[in-house]
Amino acid sequence: MKNSAKNIHGWLLFAPAAILLVAFTHYPTIATFINSLFSNQSVIRPSRFTGIDSYYMLFEDPVFWKVFVNNMWLALGTIPTSIGLAILMALIVNKAIPGRGFLRMSYFTPTMLPMIAVANIWLFFYAPDIGLIDKVLGIFGFDGHNWLGDPDTVLPAIIIMTVWKEAGFFMIFYLAGLQTISPELEEAAQLEGSSRWNYFWRIQFPLLLPTTLFVLINAFLNSFKLVDHLFVLTKGGPDNASNLILYYIYETAFSFLDISYASALTVFMLAMLAVTALAQFFFVEKRVHYR
Amino acid sequence: MTLSRKFTYSLELFGAYVLAILWILPLLYAFWAAFHSSSDAIHFDLTSPLTLDNFRKAINQAPFFQYGINTFLVVGFLLPLQLLVSTLAAYALVRFNFVGSKIAFALVLVQLMITPEILIVQNYGTLSKLGLVDTIAGIGLPYVASAFCIFLLRQTFKSIPKELEDAAELEGCGTMGILWRVYVPLAMPTYLAFSLVSISHHWNNFLWPLIITNSVETRPLTVGLGIFAAPESGVDWSVISAATILSIFPLLIAFLLFQKQFVQSFMHAGIK
Repeated sequence: MKNSAKNIHGWLLFAPAAILLVAFTHYPTIATFINSLFSNQSVIRPSRFTGIDSYYMLFEDPVFWKVFVNNMWLALGTIPTSIGLAILMALIVNKAIPGRGFLRMSYFTPTMLPMIAVANIWLFFYAPDIGLIDKVLGIFGFDGHNWLGDPDTVLPAIIIMTVWKEAGFFMIFYLAGLQTISPELEEAAQLEGSSRWNYFWRIQFPLLLPTTLFVLINAFLNSFKLVDHLFVLTKGGPDNASNLILYYIYETAFSFLDISYASALTVFMLAMLAVTALAQFFFVEKRVHYR
Repeated sequence: MTLSRKFTYSLELFGAYVLAILWILPLLYAFWAAFHSSSDAIHFDLTSPLTLDNFRKAINQAPFFQYGINTFLVVGFLLPLQLLVSTLAAYALVRFNFVGSKIAFALVLVQLMITPEILIVQNYGTLSKLGLVDTIAGIGLPYVASAFCIFLLRQTFKSIPKELEDAAELEGCGTMGILWRVYVPLAMPTYLAFSLVSISHHWNNFLWPLIITNSVETRPLTVGLGIFAAPESGVDWSVISAATILSIFPLLIAFLLFQKQFVQSFMHAGIK
């Protein structure tokens, strides 16, 4: 095929994807940035250039810092626990033990549920006095507690729920990782009289490091993208104690109708994601090559 | 096996089952509550009678059947379009070394990071200019070009030996013939993997559909459920449980039936 024909063919085939990607990813990314530099348009006042004013606003907005810190706590609270549990689950399910199908199904099922349904189920558990958790604690003589209404317990409550939802998902990647480890290694370790604990820490865990980094980064990105549960559980409250960046963007744009500020918040979030993705590219792709 | 190893083995097995039961319990409880009256559910009375009242109430209070159809339409239209657009794009990237194909691929990769969820504000503006607010098409459109699908297919297509292509060319296959007869059949596992991931993602998607829909005719199950269960609507627990079960059971049953395929698909999609 001639070069020009190749070019035309190639671009024609690529065109539908290109148009849609530009329309819904590249254009909005750039437009968001531009919007953040202009004031909001209203009936009486046209939009005008305000430069980095909305970024000043962002850095002086206590709510912004609060939701940012919340997001970080959420990531810190969910990711290590989920990863630990995911490794444990994968190790369990990877072995030929009775009822393996049931075990795998139990661990993985929460992953298949929409976050909104998960929130509905857990809302009941966390309900003060009548909820399941207070009922169980009541047996041991504890008083009821408004888990989602107390700024001190709302984030931990959401963290526990998120761990439940996500551990099974990460298990899948560890299962895939474990299957690439040659069984001969285990036989050799057994012959050498190495303990299971030793085998895990010296052989399996290091070999799973690429998986761990992959999961780590994806879990971090997910912790910014997943806010569905807030709509049912807390609406970000009490007093923004459970609010997250993306939910704050949603509120700013669609409840307070402040597009300019919502755009600045979005740009901040995009920058965070970009840094994470670059870290993935340089750190993970370059350094982790055991295989 | 020595006695002590046997003991540790049983202990591990016991731990594995405790964890599994703990993990499935919240869902089982939701099921149980959906079939019992609210007061029985709160008092956790295991001997209380079964009832279908909650499902009846849920269906009477909100059009879950319509929501279900809407979800079905979104997933049903979106998936074939995703596969079509991505197949053409991946084929172009792998087989036609067109001018700018490297940049084109880099532009695709951008969407792996900046998913449509994050650009809700701007995309809402675009769709309202297109007049697609509150339509089924509006829910799906931003997701039709999926970087993830293009990426997966590109990886798969690249692994297809050139000899097969040459043989097909000798047999008289044209450009599209080669795609259809050689590439697509050999990429079937990838198509299956992406399809299951896409179906479960869009069945469960919430934020974007919430923003873009505002009527019963377009609202998918997740959004309907979210509105139904909002604390201010004051519906009782068992009815909410019933509504939750109604919303998740089609996907859940599909998952239970094709568990192996689902798990393998997520694995397949994750490794690439």
